[in-house]
Amino acid sequence: MWFRTPGGDLLLDYIPVLVHFVIVVGLTAALPALHALVGGSRPTPPKMEPYESGVWTIGSTRERVPIRYYLIAMLFILFDIETVFLFPWAVVYRRLGAFGLIEMLVFVGVLGAGLIYAWKRGALEWE
Amino acid sequence: MITPPVVDLTLILPEMIVLGVALLVLMADLWLAPERRGYLVAASLAGVLAAAWVAAGAADGVSFAGMYVRDALTRVGQVVALAATGLGVLVAPEYLRRYNLDRGEYYVLVLTAGAGAMLMAASRDLLMLFLALETLSIPLYVLAAWARGNARSQEAGMKYFLLGAFASAFFLYGIALLYGETGTTRLPDLTSALAQQPAGISAAAGVGLLTIGLGFKAALVPFHAWAPDVYEGAPLPAVAFMSVIAKIGAFVALLRVFPLALGALADQWTLVLGVLAALTMIVGNLAALAQSSYKRMLAYSSIAHAGYLLVGVATATPPAASAVMTYLAIYAAMGTGAFAVAVALERSGGEADRIEDYAGLAGRAPLLAAAGALFLISLAGLPPTGGFVAKLGIFAAAVETGSVGGLALALIGVLTSVISVYYYMRVAYVMYAGEPDQSGGVRLHASPLLNLALLITAAAVVYAGVLPGAVTSFTQQVGALLSRL
Repeated sequence: MWFRTPGGDLLLDYIPVLVHFVIVVGLTAALPALHALVGGSRPTPPKMEPYESGVWTIGSTRERVPIRYYLIAMLFILFDIETVFLFPWAVVYRRLGAFGLIEMLVFVGVLGAGLIYAWKRGALEWE
Repeated sequence: MITPPVVDLTLILPEMIVLGVALLVLMADLWLAPERRGYLVAASLAGVLAAAWVAAGAADGVSFAGMYVRDALTRVGQVVALAATGLGVLVAPEYLRRYNLDRGEYYVLVLTAGAGAMLMAASRDLLMLFLALETLSIPLYVLAAWARGNARSQEAGMKYFLLGAFASAFFLYGIALLYGETGTTRLPDLTSALAQQPAGISAAAGVGLLTIGLGFKAALVPFHAWAPDVYEGAPLPAVAFMSVIAKIGAFVALLRVFPLALGALADQWTLVLGVLAALTMIVGNLAALAQSSYKRMLAYSSIAHAGYLLVGVATATPPAASAVMTYLAIYAAMGTGAFAVAVALERSGGEADRIEDYAGLAGRAPLLAAAGALFLISLAGLPPTGGFVAKLGIFAAAVETGSVGGLALALIGVLTSVISVYYYMRVAYVMYAGEPDQSGGVRLHASPLLNLALLITAAAVVYAGVLPGAVTSFTQQVGALLSRL
């Protein structure tokens, strides 16, 4: 049957997803259309501002970002990934026992060496 | 209940030594005075030697949930990769000091790339192979851009990185397609899964994409376009190392994937690899004829050598697999050696890259010119050098199959080798018969470590040429591994 995947699952299980999809598409199309039909349009200068009720924008949005920012950002991502590995380890910590602890200590140790390296090389200095 | 996968840390002892020394060098360099960087070189060399000694004698085994294997191919591949890594360390120090590029991280990157090639030789799973490929590649991108003040080097690093990342995406997509078709990424499971069912279109596409990914690393035509530009722009010691280590990693992986894992489907991929090999040999050798830059000539030469190596993979018989490893071992010596000769020269503030810079070298530095001529003769494949033994093994294995394809590949290989004699001997001729540069624009730089590298590579090339049994008796275990399947 067309609604069976090769694995045998019924595609019918996904009917709610389809309904949701149709509603979302329908609503996003209907609301602006309704607005255009019955709302009318009376533009005034304040209404044409990017942020009608916010602070005035100062300068260009195409601001140049100091290269140091990228260095810090890269280091952040590197050490952020560390926590991605720490979380599942913490969940099964008791069941993994000493083996898991040593493995994680080695992993954190290597990352710690990286931190010492970045620190000593001045990657954490802003000025 | 979660049981951690069985890990056998003794199995990865060689890799742990290399990476441990890399970490040690990285940390030590933070506190070491610049004039004591010699200790970092010594530590790197000691680590490489220790790892090679362990790797050569380590027992076979499979571990890490079947992702890691230590067998004959691992053993030979790792020893060859470590030899290339050691030579890569030796050729660098004097050059780095000369151009004020001397930083401890250079050796860290060389060791890490070496460990990546070692892991490629030991991968029993496509995902593991991908990780190892990236561990090999990423340090090489940085090494290509090592000359920070040099725009050409920056360009080389950027080109290599962008195209390499693109090739890695091909490789990953190939893994995904193979997984979709067979439900596994383990190479032995892949073998049995593809043996049971007729290979579908997505499995064929997956293998094709894997070939593209590895073909890029090995610089096979038509995935070679990056090689001349990167080799020309990158600093010479980095080129000497990367041209060899990338080939070792890629061809050990090609042996692992094609003859060893997909041997049963040989009739479907031999033609593709054969055509690639023929194209690579023809384009590499013809393009090398027109070069006036020594580095670009050697870049096209390395492409041509990738073609000869691929003949061995496409032939896929046990003698051919052994011949590929013999070739890689000898290429590690003659490839690094040919670049090391250029490292010893300098032309007014830059690298001696024009072929005319080598004019009359024999009169000024007879030993250096003799070594240079020896490497060029070996690269051309003339007896009594290692290059002859290497090519003979590959072409003999191709002819032995008795197939039309094997004969054609051997014929193309011999004919293109004859062409290659012209461009190699042109440089050797210039070295001996050319008018030496009188203005003093080309200077010689001798250093004990570089001389040691030249001595080791020259001795290895001669030794392998005169007594080939010394190399082939070590590499033949790869063929034995294949014939047991």
